[in-house]
Amino acid sequence: MKAVMTVTASDRVGIIAGVCSLLADMGVNILDLNQTVMQGIFTMTLLVDTSTSSHSFDDIRSALIQRSEKENLNIHIQRADIFDAMHRI
Amino acid sequence: MLNISDIMQTVNMIDHQHLDIRTITLGISLYDCADPDINRCAGKIYDKICRKAANLVNVGCEIEREYGIPIVNKRISVTPIALVAASCENGEYSIIGRSLDKAAKTCGVDFIGGYSALVHKGFTDADRKLIASIPETLSATDIVCSSVNVATTKAGINMDAVALMGKVIKKTAELTASNDGLGCAKLVIFANAVEDNPFMAGAFHGPGEPECAVNVGVSGPGVVWRALQDVKGESFDVVAETVKRTAFRITRMGQVVAHAASERLGVPFGIVDLSLAPTPAQGDSVARILEAMGLETCGTHGTTAALALLNDAVKKGGVMASGHVGGLSGAFIPVSEDEGMISAVKSGVLSLEKLEAMTCVCSVGLDMIAVPGSTSADTISAIIADEAAIGVINNKTTAVRIIPAPNKNVGDNVEFGGLLGNAPVMKVNSVGSSEFIARGGRIPAPIHSLRN
Repeated sequence: MKAVMTVTASDRVGIIAGVCSLLADMGVNILDLNQTVMQGIFTMTLLVDTSTSSHSFDDIRSALIQRSEKENLNIHIQRADIFDAMHRI
Repeated sequence: MLNISDIMQTVNMIDHQHLDIRTITLGISLYDCADPDINRCAGKIYDKICRKAANLVNVGCEIEREYGIPIVNKRISVTPIALVAASCENGEYSIIGRSLDKAAKTCGVDFIGGYSALVHKGFTDADRKLIASIPETLSATDIVCSSVNVATTKAGINMDAVALMGKVIKKTAELTASNDGLGCAKLVIFANAVEDNPFMAGAFHGPGEPECAVNVGVSGPGVVWRALQDVKGESFDVVAETVKRTAFRITRMGQVVAHAASERLGVPFGIVDLSLAPTPAQGDSVARILEAMGLETCGTHGTTAALALLNDAVKKGGVMASGHVGGLSGAFIPVSEDEGMISAVKSGVLSLEKLEAMTCVCSVGLDMIAVPGSTSADTISAIIADEAAIGVINNKTTAVRIIPAPNKNVGDNVEFGGLLGNAPVMKVNSVGSSEFIARGGRIPAPIHSLRN
């Protein structure tokens, strides 16, 4: 399944490394990645493929939520089709 | 890859602007549950609902997690019970009402609608029996919703039914007096009722519907309000365009969810209802959208025009976003379920008369309005008649969901809780309409009903 992930947080060193290594540990493939800092807020969007992972979508989601709580990040992961539908005719 | 700002816009809509799917409603036909024995009929209804809706809540929660979109309610609508119960030779119809309640609770849904009768042209014996049982059923059940269609543009207004429903509403309030007349919040009187409405309390699975269908109702007043903050002072052309664009996005989300639900439940997709449905939460109000167009308080002069623009632009934006748009589709203006409406009533700016004018251009009608407990049945019937007339003449759905709150007076507050919110008791014109209501009979269909 293709999913869009968004990560926002106060900017600091190591956010990308932390999130990406978690994804790598779970076997999730990153297809595309955008990152910027908007008004001091770190903002990253990733397009990922969860079908390469042996974990279920719910497990991946739970692991990300757990990490976001621990490291004070705001992480969302959602199926990519919703964004295509809302922003493309 | 998608544009980063588009992605963040969607995430913000969900996180900060209350964008959600209000309901996935599974419509189920109960025609095959007809039986001469009412207990057997109730048993068949229970079994069929539990079988067909077994996975509804699970599927709803699964979609919610995968798509990251809150789905606030999962609901069931069924064939109007008067049509099914007509087969029963004896027994009280409230037995079936209790069976609906039990089945809905077993499935874990939030509401079940369809304790209904369609009497726009006249009553069958079963219709009369069902209507007589509404007060008891609504007081004895928790999540059953009831509706009665008393008028259509094609048939005119059944004034006998209008007169009867005033009494039924009063009786329902009386039997649920300990909850401030909560039973009346689950009872809608319609003109031109639609068969595929996913919203409560008026949902039922109409006679022309298939065996089962998935209907989805979207929400999103907060998103529209936010979008209008960026076009302050611009012309109405810009306002209309902004609402259209926003409604398109909201409806697309509903369409994606409806398709996913339909596929996973193995049930055909019915419609997306592209209504702007408010909640009592801050930032989720239709009244505040009207105020964002430049009105000091909702209810002042200009409110009807603002609502007309909103209702029309929502439809225009939404209709291209979905394969099948249906239900009520437009902007809802309930009082107790909308923080801005509540505030406008409390400030004395929004009156019942202005709300009636607004129902000429909104998607439904007088909704979730608390009036003094002393309001007579005839006055309530006359309010229903006025609303039905607006629907019949304008060829649109109108409805009345009114709560004559027992022992409450103008200025008091009625608390329903949850999505039903709280309502300030509103002033009603107390000059009598009894002789008018006592006439009975039918108000004939208007000339423009003859379109063949």
